[in-house]
Parts: sequence; structure tokens; C-alpha cells
Amino acid sequence: MTDILENGSRTKEIQLRDSISSTRRPKPPSALASTLTFATRALLRIKHVPEQMFDVTVFPIIFLLMFTYLFGGAIAGSTAEYLQFLLPGILVMTVSQITMYTGIDLNNDIRKGIFDRFRTLPIWLPSALIGALLVDVVRYTIASVIMIGLGFALGFRPEGGMLGILGAIVLILVFSFSFSWIWTAVGLVVRSEKSLMMISFMVLFPLTFVSNVFVDPKTLPTWLESFVEVNPISVLATAVRGAMHGTVTSWQVMWVIIVSIIMTAIFAPITIYLYRNKK
Amino acid sequence: MPLSIDAYTLSDQMERVKIVKEARQFHEIDGLAIEAKGLVKMFGKHRAVDGVDLAIRKGTVYGFLGPNGAGKTTTIRMLATLVKPDAGSARIFGHDLSEEGDAIRSRISMTGQYASIDEDLTGMENLVMMARLMGYGRKEAKMRAKELLGAFGLEEAAKRQVKNYSGGMRRRIDIAASIVVTPDLLFLDEPTTGLDPRSRNQVWDIIRALVGSGTTVLLTTQYLDEADQLADRIAVINHGKIIAEGTSGELKASVGRGTLNIQLIDAADQVRAAHILEQKLSVPVHFTAESTLLTAQLDDPRLVAEALGDLAQEGIATSDFSFGRPSLDEVFLTLTGHAAGEETQSEEGTS
Repeated sequence: MTDILENGSRTKEIQLRDSISSTRRPKPPSALASTLTFATRALLRIKHVPEQMFDVTVFPIIFLLMFTYLFGGAIAGSTAEYLQFLLPGILVMTVSQITMYTGIDLNNDIRKGIFDRFRTLPIWLPSALIGALLVDVVRYTIASVIMIGLGFALGFRPEGGMLGILGAIVLILVFSFSFSWIWTAVGLVVRSEKSLMMISFMVLFPLTFVSNVFVDPKTLPTWLESFVEVNPISVLATAVRGAMHGTVTSWQVMWVIIVSIIMTAIFAPITIYLYRNKK
Repeated sequence: MPLSIDAYTLSDQMERVKIVKEARQFHEIDGLAIEAKGLVKMFGKHRAVDGVDLAIRKGTVYGFLGPNGAGKTTTIRMLATLVKPDAGSARIFGHDLSEEGDAIRSRISMTGQYASIDEDLTGMENLVMMARLMGYGRKEAKMRAKELLGAFGLEEAAKRQVKNYSGGMRRRIDIAASIVVTPDLLFLDEPTTGLDPRSRNQVWDIIRALVGSGTTVLLTTQYLDEADQLADRIAVINHGKIIAEGTSGELKASVGRGTLNIQLIDAADQVRAAHILEQKLSVPVHFTAESTLLTAQLDDPRLVAEALGDLAQEGIATSDFSFGRPSLDEVFLTLTGHAAGEETQSEEGTS
């Protein structure tokens, strides 16, 4: 098969020449077309490397089971009761943590050289990132559905109904999409996947644990309580919990949207700038 | 290069290649694909590229020859709009490098040193993706991908993930991805590094076909042989500077003329033989008392046969002789002080 180009195979030579001398030069793709192409690429990667779905399937299941049965008795007296409080929070925590894989994928692209190829194409550059992020949103949705499904099996009974659950998922997706821009920016700066992991753990662990995901902040010392109150993870967890249990206020939703807009407004331009000007 | 049957055929071949190249150049419309002045790139305090000037004509193959870390890759990355120069300017097909990036990107293509394709995807999926990103419609993209896979001898591997490809196949799919739309200017960063001779020849065929269809190719290489075979002009780069530039013939000529070595059977003939040779070749002939070897530097190989005839007529017996132009290897060694492909102390930063 490899000896096709040699051995004086004339037809092959002609074929090669023909394929090269095709002078057709289509118009560059629209922003939408290139975004969809990058999204297709991300979907194909899931097809070929299905193990990358572990983080949105196995992780959430382990997290939910572990924290429900580990803390349930101690914190809320019973696991069933704790689950009502914990599930929305652990959903927020899990999805926030898997946002960093967006940065890891980008970092891999850079090290493997395909990043350079994309950057020499006559395309709207942000489409490379947005296409990937859109598929990540699909991944976050999968994680959310799995966790909520498992929650139901374990006895989660939200009072907000189906609408509340859908609203909560939408809030999580909006937030995570915005949050991912942080990791794309970091992914463009750090040298390796390892350092990106380290940085993301350093940020994500305090951010997700020092929040109202596991406990009511009123039990905390005042200085810690004030941090928990402004922590964006808490902001999201409060709104998601409210939506699921039917107690959400429009302010809680507004806050999530404001936080999301702020994160996107800061980190999306930084990411695009770094993407364009990466050495 | 010893004077043997092989040497004759090789130089014949090279001559033929040269004639073809010249004919091609003659038909090219004059104009420059790349014009650069004083390009500089710093990595910290290290001047990775230190004032590079270039004038590369359309439709030619231009070779950057130099050891690892010489600044070849960084120069290419600057010209491909991937890295901003710290100083200097360049025009690609007349477009300013710092201001008309989009116009440049629509005419160039780059194949990096490492496979710049998605290794988790299949060959087909990669090419369809590239075709879509170049603006092809869904159906056309598939057709174009199929056509390229066929032309590059990869149709049987179309449905396999690229990570399972051999080195040569990887290189070919990589180049195929670069020419989904035939670019006017193709950058190839060490296209054959690590390939076996057969795969290397296949890549060379592809490059020749591309140039035949009018694409300008700028390639980097550590292999003198490759530069010699493919490049119309060669720039020897070391420590971020172009230390020599020209056709391979010019580079060879700049370093030294041909060397004639004649081994005598009888050392007693030395003085007489040297005298005869000097008269015929009109250049000084060197010999040492301890050996039977005579050497001379000369330009015109045609006199060698006559000189040997004269020696025979005078009854001076020779056991061996050789005549050859300096190889590009010798050129490189003379210019840089070290052999090609040998590491220099400097690093090339991130690239």
C-alpha cells in the first residue's frame, strides 16, 4: 500500500498531479460553519476516545454516592434529607470541576501542533474555541442528567418540579460555559497538562469546598462566611438549589447571569488574544 | 567524491535536475513570494533569529539548512504569521506580514515539525475537517478528502485513526491536509526528519509535484542531501543568522574548488610527477616527503584526464586517484565549524 507513489505507477502520478493542480479556492467558511466544524471535531473525538467521558459519567456518580453517604448522617441526620440539600450543590461542584478539561484539550492541541495549523487558516479564530466549548456544554448536560437521575434513584425529591430542574440545568450550563474561558486562558499560558492540572486544583478545590455546596455557611466563622457568600460557586449553588426546590428568587438568577457575564467578559477576550498571539 | 561510474551518473543526474530547474525558473513570471528584511525574534535574552533577510522567488523551492536550534523553525513561524517578529519586516506575495495577516493566511499553508493533525481522528475525518475549514461544502469536502487520500496512497488507511499510521503515512496525511486547497506558498518544517529512505522519496515526489504546479515551497532541513536534491536556493542558517546563501553549486564553489588526489606507486617519482602536473594544470601541486600522495586544488576537471595521460607517457605509475567537488557536508562544516544536524548550544525556545 505504501509503494503506491513509486514503482513508476503512472496513474498514481497523474492522480497526484491532478489533486495538487486543482486550483479551486472556495470562499473562507462563515463563522457559523467553522464553529460547527470544530464542534463536529469535538464530537468525533468523543466517538474515538470514549474514555474521555469518564469525567462526566463516572466522576459524578462517585462524587454523589461518596458525599451523600459520607456526610449525610453527620451533617443532616439522615442521608435522604441531606441529599435534598446536597444534590444541587454537588452537581454544581462536579460540573465546575470538569470545566478544566476544556483547558486541557486546548493545551494538548498546542503541544501537538494542530493548533498552529488552525491558526494559519483563514477562519474566524474564536470558532475553534467556541465549537469545542459547545460540545463541552453537551458533556455538562450529560453529567447533569446522570447525577439527577441517580439522585432520583437515591431519594431526591425536588419541589420545583420538572421546570425547576430544567431551569437549574440551564443555569449550570450558562455558568460553566463562562467558567470554561478561565481554563482556556490558563491552558494557553501554561507549558504542560500537568501544570494546568495543578493550577486548576489549586483554584477549584478551595472554590468548590469553601462554598455552600456541603454546609450551610451560617455554621462557619464570620470571615469564612463572608468569602463563601461572594464565592461564585455559592452564588450558582444557591440559585440551582432554589430552582430545584421551587424557592428561587429572580435576584439569585440575576446574580448567576451577572457572574457569568463578568467571567466571559474578562476571560474570553484574554483567551482570544492569547490564542492569536501565542508564540 | 571519488571518480567512479557512480560519481559520473550522479553528477549527470544532478546536471539534468539542474536543467529542469532552470527551465522551470525561466517560465516563471518574475516576482517574489517572500521578501524579508532584518527579521529578529528574541526568546528572553537569546536572539533566536538575528536579522534574517530573504528574497524568495515565486515557484521555487527554498531550503533553510541548519542544525537544531539555528532559528529555522522560528523564522518559518514568523513568516507563517504564527509568531510576531520583534524587529524587521516581511512581505508575503506583497502583503505586509504585520498588517495583512488574513490576506497572507488565505494563500499559505504550513506543515509543522510534528504532525499537525488530530491523531485521534481518522485520516478521512481530518481531511474533511480541513476542507470544511477551507470553505468547502459538506459534499465537496468529502469528495476532496477522498481525492487526496487516493492521490497520496492512503485510501486504505482512510478509516484508521492517524495515531495508528506509520511515520511516512503520517507525514503524507499531514501534507495532504496542507494542500486541501493548493496553497501559493507552503511551509514545510523538516518534512522528512525521521523517515525511512522510501517514505522520504515519496515526500520528495509530492514536493516536486507541488512545485511543478506552481506552489512556492519553503522547507527547513538538517539534511544536506535533501537541500541539494530539492532546493533551488539554499540559506545556511546558524545561530539565527544566514551565513551563506545561494544555489547548492554556488555554495559548494564558495567554499573550495575541486581537490585532485593522486597516489604514486614509487615515491621517487614525486618531484618529476609534481612538475608535470603543475605544467598541465597550472596550479601548485602539494606533496609530503613521507607519502606518495600528490594533491592539487583546481577548477577545471577536464584537465585531469590529460594530466593523467601525461604522467603515463612519462612512465610514472599511479596506484589510485580521485577528483571531486566539495560536498555540501564539507560546505556546512567549513561555514559553521560543526557538522549539520549536530546540536548547537542554544535552544529554540518553545518551538
